[in-house]
Amino acid sequence: MSIRYSLLAILDAGPRHGYALKSEFEQATGNIWPLNVGQVYSTLSRLQRDGLVLVAEEDDGQKTYRISDAGRQELRQWFGTPVVREVVPRQELAIKLVFAMRAGPEQVRDVVQHQLGATMASLQEFTRLKATAEGDGDLAWLMMLDALIFQAEAEARWLELCEARLARLRPRPLTAPENAGAVRDVERTP
Amino acid sequence: MTRVLSMERAGRRYGTPPRRVIALDDVSLTVEAGEMLAIMGPSGSGKSTLLQLAGGLTRPTSGRVVLCGSELGTMGETGLALVLRRRVGFVFQDINLLAALTAAENVSLPLELDGVRPRQAMAAARALLSSLDLGDVASRLPAQLSGGQQQQVAVARAVIGGRSLLLADEPTGALDSLSGESVMRLLRAQSGNGCAVVLVTHNIRHAAWADRILCLRDGRLIDEVRPPGPETLLRRERV
Repeated sequence: MSIRYSLLAILDAGPRHGYALKSEFEQATGNIWPLNVGQVYSTLSRLQRDGLVLVAEEDDGQKTYRISDAGRQELRQWFGTPVVREVVPRQELAIKLVFAMRAGPEQVRDVVQHQLGATMASLQEFTRLKATAEGDGDLAWLMMLDALIFQAEAEARWLELCEARLARLRPRPLTAPENAGAVRDVERTP
Repeated sequence: MTRVLSMERAGRRYGTPPRRVIALDDVSLTVEAGEMLAIMGPSGSGKSTLLQLAGGLTRPTSGRVVLCGSELGTMGETGLALVLRRRVGFVFQDINLLAALTAAENVSLPLELDGVRPRQAMAAARALLSSLDLGDVASRLPAQLSGGQQQQVAVARAVIGGRSLLLADEPTGALDSLSGESVMRLLRAQSGNGCAVVLVTHNIRHAAWADRILCLRDGRLIDEVRPPGPETLLRRERV
């Protein structure tokens, strides 16, 4: 997640103090990504080093940050570049399912059911927030919630598909894990 | 809270053995006034049968279905028709507005069929459409409305006269995301007005508008998702 470009985007609207950047960032993203002050200042000093941000020190010693022309150009480039998806995202849930499969379909079914309940509950929560957000007319926040809703939906639909695939599995006679290989070999003999 | 609908071990079978089909088996649930319930499940899991039982369109072959204190399964046809006409509104995926009538005329129709004078019925229809932010479309014909607007008018037609129970079968199935959302908002607002709403849907996003989500598999209720606790996942500080 790019703190660097987010800070540039905030500064594009006008000069800010460091602390104002932190609170504006958090407000814009609904506290989904809490930011600590240290991250803000270390990012700002890198931006300053790269000539993307200019700093003015006021009489009271407070620093005001301003975006430079190079910073604006960098920001435009960021907006114009699609975000690259990880080919295989390291999803904890996917990994959990892979290992649950080793313990057998029952374990997977369990994982899927629990996760589906939790995912649907978050979906309800996001939807409720959206219903209130609509009245406020805050379009950026609304689109952020839409993103969370569609991600949760995608996960829930995937889990439903997993469930449907599991349901298709014909129940097989139970075998102890150590015999599993042997049984499979027997099945393979014509 | 006022209980609007209760199903007690309700079931619905079709045919006789060996060709018996159990569409719904031993389903128990309750819906209170002001509550919105979503029913999800794969095709053939019994969602539509459940809705038909809840709305008295078909009678249970076992168990009981009670709507506003009346047991639907044992009522005579005339009594049943009256209860349904006064208490229940339906919204379907196929919108079925009458093409030759304006939006307001479509909405006024259930009242006229119930004996209200046409002029009064039209006034009520216009007032309802205005209250739902649909005043602009009142004089238009269905063909002049978008799919989303047509379905919103259909929701108005389903609730006019103050129904206790609104049953919606895939109401957003044919709509794009944004129109679907406006229909969901309208359905949610009906539960806010004290109506009990039961929504059958494949759409997970739309099911999430409900207070409770029930999952059906092979005619049985298998799971229920309740709203999360008071702690919220997101919190937003306003400047």
